[in-house]
Amino acid sequence: MYALEKKAQRLVALCMLGFLLFNYPLLALFNRPGALLGVPILYAFIFAAWALLIALMALVVERDG
Amino acid sequence: MLQGWVIVVTSFAYLGLLFAIAYYADSRADRGRSVIASPYIYSLSLAVYATAWTFYGSVGRAAVDGVGFLPIYLGPTLMIALWWIVMRKILRISKQNRITSLADFVASRYGKSALLGGVVTIIAVIGIVPYISLQLKAVSSSFIILVQYPEIIMPAKVGALPVLQDTALWVALILAIFTVLFGTRHLYSAEHHEGMVAAIAFESLVKLLAFLAVGVFVTFGIYNGFGDVFARAADEPKLAAMLTPLEGVAGSYASWIWLTILSMLAIMFLPRQFQVTVIENVDEKHLHKAIWLFPLYMLAINIFVLPIAFGGRLHFPDGMVDADTFVLTLPMAERQELLALLVFIGGLSAATGMVIVETIALSTMVCNDLVMPVLLRQRRLRLAERRDLTGLLLGIRRGAIVLILLLGYLYFRLAGEAYALVSIGLISFAAVAQFAPAVLGGIFWKGATRRGALAGLCTGFGVWFYTLLLPALARSDWLPRSLLEHGPFGNELLKPLELFGLAGLDQITHAMLWSMIANVGVYVVVSLLGTPSAEEHRQASLFVDVFRREAGGARFWRGTASVPDLYNLLARFLGPEGADTAFAEYARARGRHWPDAELAADAELVHFAETQLAGAIGAASARIMVAAVAKEEALTLNEVREILDEASQVVVYSHKLEQKSRELEAATAELRAANEALKELDRLKDDFISTVTHELRTPLTSIRAFSEILLADPDVELAQRKKFLGIITRETERLTRLINQVLDLAKIESGRAEWHVSRVELREVISDTLAGMSQVFKENNLEVEARLPERISPVNADIDRLIQVLLNLLSNAVKFCEPGRGRIEVTLSEADGYARIDVRDNGPGISPEEQRVIFDKFRQAGDTLTNKPPGTGLGLHISRQIVEHFGGRMWVASVPGKGACFSFTLPLEPARAEARAAA
Repeated sequence: MYALEKKAQRLVALCMLGFLLFNYPLLALFNRPGALLGVPILYAFIFAAWALLIALMALVVERDG
Repeated sequence: MLQGWVIVVTSFAYLGLLFAIAYYADSRADRGRSVIASPYIYSLSLAVYATAWTFYGSVGRAAVDGVGFLPIYLGPTLMIALWWIVMRKILRISKQNRITSLADFVASRYGKSALLGGVVTIIAVIGIVPYISLQLKAVSSSFIILVQYPEIIMPAKVGALPVLQDTALWVALILAIFTVLFGTRHLYSAEHHEGMVAAIAFESLVKLLAFLAVGVFVTFGIYNGFGDVFARAADEPKLAAMLTPLEGVAGSYASWIWLTILSMLAIMFLPRQFQVTVIENVDEKHLHKAIWLFPLYMLAINIFVLPIAFGGRLHFPDGMVDADTFVLTLPMAERQELLALLVFIGGLSAATGMVIVETIALSTMVCNDLVMPVLLRQRRLRLAERRDLTGLLLGIRRGAIVLILLLGYLYFRLAGEAYALVSIGLISFAAVAQFAPAVLGGIFWKGATRRGALAGLCTGFGVWFYTLLLPALARSDWLPRSLLEHGPFGNELLKPLELFGLAGLDQITHAMLWSMIANVGVYVVVSLLGTPSAEEHRQASLFVDVFRREAGGARFWRGTASVPDLYNLLARFLGPEGADTAFAEYARARGRHWPDAELAADAELVHFAETQLAGAIGAASARIMVAAVAKEEALTLNEVREILDEASQVVVYSHKLEQKSRELEAATAELRAANEALKELDRLKDDFISTVTHELRTPLTSIRAFSEILLADPDVELAQRKKFLGIITRETERLTRLINQVLDLAKIESGRAEWHVSRVELREVISDTLAGMSQVFKENNLEVEARLPERISPVNADIDRLIQVLLNLLSNAVKFCEPGRGRIEVTLSEADGYARIDVRDNGPGISPEEQRVIFDKFRQAGDTLTNKPPGTGLGLHISRQIVEHFGGRMWVASVPGKGACFSFTLPLEPARAEARAAA
């Protein structure tokens, strides 16, 4: 039961992190000209943050205990 | 190659393949070997979220404002992180109550209210119809475009077709037939449509692969990778702004946030998502993997959206080609016939997947929560008396499927052309978002009432209708445009797009803001003002506390029923076979055998029958039907409260009881241990007494023997007589010593010994003792050496007792040393706050076995049978007791043949020791 609670709390924290990443003001910081490896900065940021979030969720869910 | 018949044949071949998969999965399920019992299939089936709207529309929106399509996929990613809390609860509730649809869930939560179920159904149908029309539009447009190959002509330019030649109508009809065949094979709606889920999972794979294929082709085939596409776009003045779209083309951050929230709600409350996530779920644990696999799917299907969008804008700069069609028109323009066909099939799978699941979910709702409750209340129809209603149920569902698809087509004809794909989809999202307060509030807030939910839903839906659907109709010229520009009856404050003068927001943000304020506000206020009925109170408690109590619905039923009535009721809706299976299962769970054993028509059986029935026709209808055959005594609200309180008190009691029994167990274990210890002590005491008496008898025997000799024979020579008397005296001394030591030991062990503690200088004690024994050493011709340090801290101890210990150790050493060659060393040292005294001899030594027991009572070194050494065997035991009493330790180290070393420690006087440590 304790492990389930812990996972739930970590996932809620990740949800909040996502809200932070995909919102003003962080988005505004990346909303400017320029490119990262040829990809516009805003697009690169959103997709990278998205992938990171999914990886963290996988880590939380799949890790034992 | 891409003639019309090729496309049609390919499409039908694809649909046939889907059927084959579904058939295979269904037959496997019948044999009990489910193919969908896998978290991967489950995650893929969730991807029914990605419809033709995703497939074609994402690119369409991206081509206009860059990142504006992303919140629709970021929202679900955020929401799914909360599923661990929210969805696990909904899943558990739905399984316990055999929920058949979203409407059933809401109805069941608020007291099995048929009215509420009906309202949810109507909202869902009206809200989803535009979304279905979107799928029809996508399939028919893509077909029309593909048929024109190698020309690229937009459907609008083809001109309006008469109804019978309209592709969209044929698509609607074919999909209707397909869905009917797929979704209504079984009646029992709480059971899983295994074939459908397998087919949907396959479709998710197809659309993903098709989209990735066209993405790779555009990005790496037409252009040279991501960098190239974006670099060329940056060179175009028209496109450059889209690279930093926020605050500009994509609108404000407010619309970005609202779009995220909207999608968060949509992923839970779209009827098809509820269907695949909750109803079709076979194992709660599948949710775990889906939490990251499903977002991963969405990420994958979106990676190429931007390159395709920019590629399309660059490729068709004149704006003659609709951005919604770039996915298809780019391969066509490049003469990639096979790829274009694959894209068409991908779009087809996205659309069919959505339509199949959505219409099945909606038809279940329409049948169970709209039509059946109405029909069952119609006394004239005498439905309750019909023997078999399964045919009627299936008929209603099939009719509903066809009707819903035709409604979708109607909307397409009426309003579809005026909007891009994305806008149509968002209108539906906003409609189902109205379910959020009632459902989420319902599973966490017991105080929510039926009236509150009903009022909230209706108000929210009303605002949605006014701010989103009316403008859609007005733009399609079905209502006067002046309604949008000047408000109804010229009232500017009520303009649908700027309600109460709230301007400057995009349409969706505006509608969501007002509808959510209205919905949540009314829901909360009405709930707080009213009182729930008994039934609502009961259901609220079952839903909110689902993890705290196991299914306990039976507790709330009181009345009379009969087994045949209940059986016949089930048989009417499930068919006789279904009823037999259900009753057999019920009987087996209670260790009985149906139909041989008599079942009691108690509350439990009634509840069981109602739940089974709910799985087929929904909670509200099941309630009506059961009430018709069983005489129920209505419970008052207070009675329900009492039952709930009792239940929670029982839980508290049982917790207390558990605790008590745990304490009792612990006490029992302690008692048992104490008993064991007592038994052991008793045994030791017996041993001790027998040993002591044995030890006493030995000297007594010799004393008596020699006394008798002297008494019987007065003529014993003087020398002999002296010798005998000498023995008697020695033995008497030994006896006295023994008795003294036994008394001593008894005192120490019982804690009654007197201790005269004072500061003791160990150097002095050792010197004095050695001096006192010098005569003994001399007699035995032993060499004695004392190694004493210059200074040593005093210890707190009883000096007489210490001398007793030293005497004991020294006399032992003397005893075992060979006269003439013996050597005894006494060493005093200090370490770690302890004084340590070693007494070393060079006698025969002690074997390891003897070392272990030498401190026990009456144990002596050497073979006690043949060569009994002098002494009582209590000395070392008493010495150790004394040392331990003063907080020290005593032990022996010895190698046989090389002497023995007895050591003990005593703690130094604390203050001095600390002072020393500090220095």
